[in-house]
Amino acid sequence: MSGISARGLEVRYDGRVALAGVDLDVAAGEWAAVVGPNGAGKTSLLRALAGTVPSTGMVAVGGMPRRGMPRRCWARLVAAVAQHPVLPAGMTATEDVLLGRTPHLGYLAAAGAADVAAALSALERLDAGALAARPLGSLSGGERQRVVLARALAQDPEVLLLDEPTASLDIGHQQQVLDLVDGLRRERGLAVVAALHDLTLAAQYAGRLILLDRGRVAAEGTAAAVLTPEALARFSGARVALLRGPDGEMVVAPRRPPAADGAG
Amino acid sequence: MTAPRPVRRLSPLAVGIALALLLGALLAGLLVGAVGLSPRAVLAEVADRLPFVSVDSGLGEQGAAIVWDLRLPRVVLAALVGATLAAAGAAYQGVFRNPLADPYLLGVAAGAGLGATMGIVTAGSASAWVPAAAFAGAVVAVLLTYALGGAAGGGRSGTTLVLAGVAVAAFFTAVQTFVQQRHADTVREVYSWILGRLSTVGWSEVGLLAPYAAVSLVVLLLHRRLLDVLAVGEEEAETLGVSVSRVRLVVIAAATLGTAAAVAVSGLVGFVGIVVPHAVRLLAGSSYRVILPLSVLGGAAFLVLADLGARTLVSPSEVPLGVITAFVGAPFFAVVLRSSRKGWGP
Repeated sequence: MSGISARGLEVRYDGRVALAGVDLDVAAGEWAAVVGPNGAGKTSLLRALAGTVPSTGMVAVGGMPRRGMPRRCWARLVAAVAQHPVLPAGMTATEDVLLGRTPHLGYLAAAGAADVAAALSALERLDAGALAARPLGSLSGGERQRVVLARALAQDPEVLLLDEPTASLDIGHQQQVLDLVDGLRRERGLAVVAALHDLTLAAQYAGRLILLDRGRVAAEGTAAAVLTPEALARFSGARVALLRGPDGEMVVAPRRPPAADGAG
Repeated sequence: MTAPRPVRRLSPLAVGIALALLLGALLAGLLVGAVGLSPRAVLAEVADRLPFVSVDSGLGEQGAAIVWDLRLPRVVLAALVGATLAAAGAAYQGVFRNPLADPYLLGVAAGAGLGATMGIVTAGSASAWVPAAAFAGAVVAVLLTYALGGAAGGGRSGTTLVLAGVAVAAFFTAVQTFVQQRHADTVREVYSWILGRLSTVGWSEVGLLAPYAAVSLVVLLLHRRLLDVLAVGEEEAETLGVSVSRVRLVVIAAATLGTAAAVAVSGLVGFVGIVVPHAVRLLAGSSYRVILPLSVLGGAAFLVLADLGARTLVSPSEVPLGVITAFVGAPFFAVVLRSSRKGWGP
């Protein structure tokens, strides 16, 4: 297994700079969380790493640069889960996960029994074996997210890119999904790069945080180093208190300012 | 009730039913006609033409000509046109992820309409130039759509292409209407072409369409798994290693060639490209691995039967083929729209 690295990564949409020269190194088995306010460039960074937007600069996995590599070969190294994946209602969970085998198939080849077995085992690994024959339209938010992760797993990648994997999930399912991702990271040595809005979850699950601000890396390091009240006030305009849980884990709690009229 | 399957495949039963339907339609098309010929004699006449088979049908020279030079080529042509339009429609729906896409989406109909009108106006409706001009018009219209859509949106988005198709179709239709108005004496021929007809065919039309239909059908069928990949969205398909713009280009090129050739010999037969794939989708499932092959068989059967209706309902004159397909297609389409909420959800 090998990690992913980027140098001077830049993304522009119609001339507007969304990502302005980002350097990044995430080793195999490491989890990096990309945090920052809306519009900071988190999604652009993930898209540039996945190769779904035009970018300048260098991206490589295990020293192999993406430039010049066929799209299909890159898809065997890097799997990406979008923030709002399209899940056709009539497709079954297994059929969707089977699409993850696409980069391992010839251009016009059909999926074989081995691919179906790989899809089913990916579903099993994400505790979604029971969903195998269910149409996607009938799945709950947590179930959908597990199916989408199973599709990424079926790609058999070395790097997993996640854009807000916990968006629109309740707190229990947020933890369940992140626990599953963490399990995959540990047992397969996956390099995980995840954009996360929830700073508490980012601090607890990721080994390293990358704080983006207006397309640049504003701070990088451990949660304790990056998530200072001053940094959050400056970059997110947020008022927070940093607390510690019973096991010393970090909790980022929002604080409402004292009411000006003295009421409440 | 069978247990739900994790991966639904094209079942031999479904293929068998579709084949039986097609065979029945072909037989009906061959046996029924304005001139009463005994079914046994018709079948014997066809069998007699097979290699190594010699049967005396008892039909005279005239009867043999009716079977061999009128009915059989017409039935074969209807099957080819139906198969091509249905497959192109299914492919367009997949490549644009739009249930309302039909083979005429990118300007094929308007381009062919202008080409055919120019051909009819300058050379007469019986001229061999009419299908050639219709084919050229259709191909030019789609090329223009691609150039316009690519220039506007960098070729990235299917939506840009569809909008470019709207513009090109409107422009070609305007020119076609203008030319038609200036040549009022040919309005009847132009009108009859626009409504679709197979009335003047012999084997030469089959020969014109067959190579294009074959190439188009083979290419589209080979892309059926990739159409399933596109179903999860353009960006997702790219992260799965598929070059969306390349697949779209190849599929549109194949569908356009087949559609342009079909339109060149049959005029504008509507609704086949929408009705047939949707019927298959409702009955057999939403995977293109299933929809494409069954649409080919179903489209062939549907158009053979529609043409049978076109030439027998008000015999000895004919109902335009497009009238029959739309008459059956429009009510069916209403049913599809009602059920589309569950089949084509967000």
